[in-house]
Amino acid sequence: MADPMRIRATMVDNKVDVKILMAHPMETGQRKNPDGTLVPAHYIDTVTVTCKGKTVLMAEWGPSVSRNPYLAFRFTGAAKGDTISVTWKDNHGDTRTDEAAIA
Amino acid sequence: MIKTISRRHLLAAAGRWAAALVAVTVLRPISAWAAERNHKAFEAKSLDDVVGAYGGSSARLSTDILLTIPEIAENGAVVPVAVESKLAGTRSISILVEKNPSVLSAHFVFPEGTDPYVATRVKVAETSNIIALVQTADGYYYAQKLVKVTLGGCGG
Repeated sequence: MADPMRIRATMVDNKVDVKILMAHPMETGQRKNPDGTLVPAHYIDTVTVTCKGKTVLMAEWGPSVSRNPYLAFRFTGAAKGDTISVTWKDNHGDTRTDEAAIA
Repeated sequence: MIKTISRRHLLAAAGRWAAALVAVTVLRPISAWAAERNHKAFEAKSLDDVVGAYGGSSARLSTDILLTIPEIAENGAVVPVAVESKLAGTRSISILVEKNPSVLSAHFVFPEGTDPYVATRVKVAETSNIIALVQTADGYYYAQKLVKVTLGGCGG
């Protein structure tokens, strides 16, 4: 299981400002080990953010998103104290979900 | 004979159980993803191919897409990209790196209530145009900017 995400969600002018930092190697599958063998691709391919049962952002990623991905966006329709939930899935089928309260 | 049949039954039953277990534990979470990832778009080698993979025909240049990237990236492995669309009815934003082996880096879908804005970080293999592709109700639009890379982001 991967390390937890760092999620910050704050109210800014009636909008929820979300910043997420995920812990993931995001291997492209093109990098080589010192012995010349390829490091297999290992990257997050889908991210879903939900709040109060509603999807607020969906993302599909390729391996060219940077290591330990950063993601920021804004949405309306939630208030201080509500919980947002972030789930990622990688190309190995591993998933991780973390939650944060909106401050 | 009887032994063989019972063994077969046992195996069949076990198979059904395994299938049911797989269905419950694996298929359900996957089906929870509203849309299946568009693999074809992520294998595309050009902007037109990406637009095609998402079902469009061509993209028009737009000045209503604000693309924020550094002019020079010392480290191509971490290039901050922010995209904000002022186009009405923006449904999705894709970030493409023209010179990367596969151009499409990330694709974001915005349900109603979410601002057509996203910021992330991408890898850029060499000095290249970064393209922000926006899908609206009436077609595809894009904006592009050059980023100079002094140290590549892929390999090494």
